[in-house]
Amino acid sequence: MTTIVSILHVILALAMSPLLIGVINRVKAGFAGRQGQPLFQPYFDLAKLLRKGAVYSRTTTWIFRAAPVVGLAGAMVAVVLVPLGGLPGLLAFPGDLVVLAYVLGTTRFMTVLAALDTGSAFEGMGASREVQFSLLAEPVLLLSLAALGVCTRSLALSDIYAGLFAGGAGGVAATAAMVAAALLLVLLAENARIPVDDPNTHLELTMIHEVMVLDHGGVDLACIQYGAGVKLWVFSALLVGAAAPCRTGVAFADLALGVGGVFAVAVVVGVVESCMARLRLVRVPQMLVVGGVLAIAALLWALR
Amino acid sequence: MATDAPVMVRNAQAVDSSAVPALSVDRFRQVVTEEVAGGARLSALLVLAPPRVPRRLLAVIARPLVGNLGLLACDVGDSYPSLTPSCPAAHWFEREIAEQSGVRPEGHPWLKPIRFVAGGPADVGVMDFFRMEGEEIHEVAVGPVHAGVIEPGHFRFQCQGETVHHLEISLGYQHRGVERAMAGGATPRARHYMETLAGDTTVGHMTAYCRAMEALSDARPPARAEALRAIAAELERIANHLGDLGAMAGDVGFLPTMSYCGRIRGDALNLTALLCGNRFGRGMVVVGGVGYDVDAALEDEILVRLDGIEKDAAGAIELMFDTPSVLSRFEGTGIVPEELARRIGMVGLAARASGLPCDVRHEFPYGLYQFTQMPVCTWQSGDCFARAYVRWLEIRQSIVFIREHMRSLPGGPMRQEPRPSQGGRIVASLSEGWRGEICHVALTDADGRLAAYKVVDPSFHNWFGLACALRDQQISDFPLCNKSFNLSYCGHDL
Repeated sequence: MTTIVSILHVILALAMSPLLIGVINRVKAGFAGRQGQPLFQPYFDLAKLLRKGAVYSRTTTWIFRAAPVVGLAGAMVAVVLVPLGGLPGLLAFPGDLVVLAYVLGTTRFMTVLAALDTGSAFEGMGASREVQFSLLAEPVLLLSLAALGVCTRSLALSDIYAGLFAGGAGGVAATAAMVAAALLLVLLAENARIPVDDPNTHLELTMIHEVMVLDHGGVDLACIQYGAGVKLWVFSALLVGAAAPCRTGVAFADLALGVGGVFAVAVVVGVVESCMARLRLVRVPQMLVVGGVLAIAALLWALR
Repeated sequence: MATDAPVMVRNAQAVDSSAVPALSVDRFRQVVTEEVAGGARLSALLVLAPPRVPRRLLAVIARPLVGNLGLLACDVGDSYPSLTPSCPAAHWFEREIAEQSGVRPEGHPWLKPIRFVAGGPADVGVMDFFRMEGEEIHEVAVGPVHAGVIEPGHFRFQCQGETVHHLEISLGYQHRGVERAMAGGATPRARHYMETLAGDTTVGHMTAYCRAMEALSDARPPARAEALRAIAAELERIANHLGDLGAMAGDVGFLPTMSYCGRIRGDALNLTALLCGNRFGRGMVVVGGVGYDVDAALEDEILVRLDGIEKDAAGAIELMFDTPSVLSRFEGTGIVPEELARRIGMVGLAARASGLPCDVRHEFPYGLYQFTQMPVCTWQSGDCFARAYVRWLEIRQSIVFIREHMRSLPGGPMRQEPRPSQGGRIVASLSEGWRGEICHVALTDADGRLAAYKVVDPSFHNWFGLACALRDQQISDFPLCNKSFNLSYCGHDL
């Protein structure tokens, strides 16, 4: 039964993750007093891109073509590993949290290599920024998950999150709250959202993630955009599990609750993007350090 | 009259071209340098066309303390000692002179073309750039084709990591040859050239052009026309400032103000459309007066809509200035210190944001501004915040101005029949466009036809200010700094 629901979660995640982007865009439009694009616009965009061909620069190598595929594959592996709320992930084994972090790390590594492969000054700058910020974001993610692991005395993501739900002791709640805050910061940074990056800007000089994929087109770009949606789903699922550990006991109801939570995260991201400007790039590390401090505090609290 | 002092005229006062003294080159350089060091501005420096031998260099010096303009000239051969080392404000003008006339300013520190004239010395975009060398130095080239729908211009950054050490701006991709087309006489096309010098400053440029033409023909537009011109100019200022504030908000990713200002700018443009049928004010200002009159119903309509604009703009813009994350992006970004702004001859809004109280409406008042005080809005910090905040201050001043004068328009005709220009005269006409000081210089031949016409858009003075603002800044802040100046490419390239 649980396995069926877990499979259902993977299917839902793969099917609905572009919708997350659509929800964020609509929330932002609402705050700006606009009607905004259709909720399903990201799907239309993907369909459009899939029909297009791609142009490859003569300076690029196979790395440039491989990166979008690796990116999408990595995001899909992550969605298989990640638990949604109280539901276990489809795959669960001790230490899968490290696998999760490094699968995501591999996709980033490939994106960065592909950006450098183009030899463009813009993409080089974007790659440098991406690496600098992920250097700070990755430890926050690992420390956060470690804090939860210590709390629940397990090393498998699914067990950790199930433990959180089963818990209820005051100590767990405090750790989970700090971890949720840290994870929100990581989510904003890793998914190129305001205040770290601006997914809508056309200004190459200010971009981080977007500038690295400027030279991709057609199916490759579709892979990247779809992969970005799936990645946002993964981080949202991690955040929901830590922020709102409530479950009904009925697997299908838990699934519905979890999916609702993921979309609630999308709304929160939309609200954050509407209420504040982007940080100056030199200030982004400060924000990530705040996330790190929260994660360390959570870990210490859990170890106490 | 001593021939070693400039002839002093009021703003848009025509004089016989023989009255402009031809000084020796040394004396010319001395006068210009001393005047500029003493607080005057170099509004224009040009070689008079058509080519005559020896070529004649003309300077227009705007002296804000006394409110008059000094005209002086000197004859030069193939070269002359450059003014730039002693008067940095001349550096862009001298590059233009070298490109257009072949007269070489000897000792100019960075002499290269600023435009790409067909058959000129340089092919489009092919030139050397200032370069830094070093292990960690990298060069970033942006443009001339940009990601957004903006005009073409090339930006070359010398960076160390994310820090910009030097920015060189190369323009000229929009060169149309307007000044050359103007010479030879008043064709019906002239008005269209002048209205589109910089498409967003139609009223500002037309005011300078029409005042120059009127001065050359000893005409004086009716008082009602002067008032309507001023109102149109302030509407233009409001619309552009609103658009820029929204665009600056957009550059830092602050969406509510961006979206609302985009809409409110449209409302402001529509007020200009109510006046003359065109959102950018084309056809409003014509030689001899204005093209369209207003009646009481239209006055009411404009004032009512202006109230709505003020209310909406206050909501959107004060929200932006109340948001800490926006302020942290604006404050301290792209600083141009007051002294630097003065030395490189910045004008208008950008100079006022650095603390220079320069405003043609105040210093060399023309038209309706002669009869009313227009407060000069300045701010001291010289950063992006200052350039945003001065815009907001000016929007409010302009709204007050329109409210005050819309109800008390002078009666009488709105237009006077244009008369032919007189021969052998010269005039320098200044007006304050929304970006800053606009200077038009016109010279007629013996028959009263235009022998030379020169346009200096405020962008011409300020592009170098943008390059200076980027020194030691983060390269990721360039779009914000660029937007905070929002200079015109086509107004520069002409």
